[in-house]
Amino acid sequence: MAGLVEIENVSKSYDKDAESVAVLDNITLSVPDGEFLALMGPSGSGKSTLLNLIAGIDRPSKGRVVVGGVDLGSLSETGLAKWRSTHVGFIFQFYNLMPVLTAFENVELPLHLTNLPKKKRSEHVARVLDIVGLGDRVKHYPNQLSGGQQQRVAIARAIVSDPTLLVADEPTGDLDRHSAEEIMTLLSRLNKELGKTIVMVTHDPHAAEKANVQRHLDKGTLS
Amino acid sequence: MMIKMMTRNALRHKLRTILTILGIAIAVGAFGLLRTVITSWYSAVEATANDRLIVRQKVSFIFPLPYSYREQLLKVPGVEGVTYFNWFQGVYKDKSEFFPRMATDPETVFDIYPEWIVTPEEKAAFQNDRSGCILGVDIAKKYGLKPGDVMNIEGDIYPGQWQFTVRGIYKPRSNAVDGTQMLFHWAYLDERMKTDMPGRAGNVGWYSVKIGNPDEAAAISEVIDGLFANSSAETKTETERAFNEGFIAAYSAIITAINTMAFMIIGIILLVLANTMIMSARERNTEYAVMKTLGFTGKHIFAVVSGESIFIAILGGLAGYGLTLFFVQAVATFVPKNMFPVFILSPVTITLEFVFALLIGLLSGVIPVYQSVKMKIVDGLRYSG
Repeated sequence: MAGLVEIENVSKSYDKDAESVAVLDNITLSVPDGEFLALMGPSGSGKSTLLNLIAGIDRPSKGRVVVGGVDLGSLSETGLAKWRSTHVGFIFQFYNLMPVLTAFENVELPLHLTNLPKKKRSEHVARVLDIVGLGDRVKHYPNQLSGGQQQRVAIARAIVSDPTLLVADEPTGDLDRHSAEEIMTLLSRLNKELGKTIVMVTHDPHAAEKANVQRHLDKGTLS
Repeated sequence: MMIKMMTRNALRHKLRTILTILGIAIAVGAFGLLRTVITSWYSAVEATANDRLIVRQKVSFIFPLPYSYREQLLKVPGVEGVTYFNWFQGVYKDKSEFFPRMATDPETVFDIYPEWIVTPEEKAAFQNDRSGCILGVDIAKKYGLKPGDVMNIEGDIYPGQWQFTVRGIYKPRSNAVDGTQMLFHWAYLDERMKTDMPGRAGNVGWYSVKIGNPDEAAAISEVIDGLFANSSAETKTETERAFNEGFIAAYSAIITAINTMAFMIIGIILLVLANTMIMSARERNTEYAVMKTLGFTGKHIFAVVSGESIFIAILGGLAGYGLTLFFVQAVATFVPKNMFPVFILSPVTITLEFVFALLIGLLSGVIPVYQSVKMKIVDGLRYSG
């Protein structure tokens, strides 16, 4: 059976000073539905690039990326944006919340791309903020929250539109040990209890331990 | 949500936003003031009636016409009334104290110029006193003159000491009408010329002719000029508007310079706001990249970025409008009325202020919008951390 994410012979290179720099070299990877995959590797190994390709925010130089049966290469930029809004939830290392929006408004942001009425949006937001344990911080702005709390808001934002796939780029990279542990427990719960497929890039072996599967990237190749 | 983001983004760097708004406000205010100066110069043109023709000497306005033309003008078909003026000038109190002083026909002048409003009593008092004069309300207020007061004027174009008694104060029908003029009896002037300078007696500076149908202005002008063709004082007849525009034309270089300056100010502030918006957008590259990651497209980024610049520009425009009101009021209060007889903020200037504020907002957002929309998500995300 085909996985939720199918990566077929994908290569990615960037042009730098009239030179082509290869970042990924002929990667093939399958991520089954419901898997929690940790991509590990040293800096510059191509982990984040691979994650970006899976998430549809970058395109491969060669090969195919198919997610949920959709060949991402066949979608236009607008089509890809629409696809991302419904199928992928993002969690960034530095949270990347909108500083001018409250926790509630940040989580609500992706729902503005749906046709949900305000009341329904509010219900969704309240529910996911409860899941991440921040039901009492709805009116706080990001700068009024700790790093761990900001990351939990970011996780709430990632799951509010109920995507099939969550991608996380070093989600604990900016957090202390305790907060990192909380975030990994939360991601693990999302995987086990809500059945979310998660692809996570991390340097942290402790974080990677929470994943079902660990894969290593080195110099653009998967082992 | 987009509106919330654009307004909150605009107020994120309060000092920068306040300074930018202040810059726009000063530019819009200065633009409004300069435009009002130009409008003031054109006020005489705007206040003209379309049923009045001016008949003057063909060679130059400074050469007179015979008084005898009056009867012939009255007989021209389509002409309903005639009055006449001589530019008197003279010095009242001080040479720098300028306001128009003109000799005219007290019997007809208020029929031809109904925009100068006097009470029947004042009009009768003026008509019955050969040395009487009527003053515009602004000039009467400036010198504290009232009916019964005596004005001594030293003649220059018409030499000698001249004494006038104020018999009335005219009020302009609207604020677009000049309220700084002085009118006195042409006969008073002519009497003195007959004795002191007989060669200058019986002369009129120009005639003002009221016509029944403004559509016939060109035809009537042609008839009048034909009437005096090949005489020793040929005439040039034109609409009052064209006549006044001729005066303005003398200042066209200054007007062009002021106009250019007004638009340059707008151009400079456009660049300043564009620079501010480019800086702001660059600072928010990661946020726009995150928005794109979440599925927002170019049109959403456009709304947030250009909405912010339009929001700032409109706040600047509103403040600039307030500043223009203040400037105009200050000029109207502190600058002598005889410098700018009609100094009012016109609806066209107000509209232009807001149109330019909006344009500044729209145009200054073009570069940052383009950069933000075109930016690749992965490049935008690299800004984080």
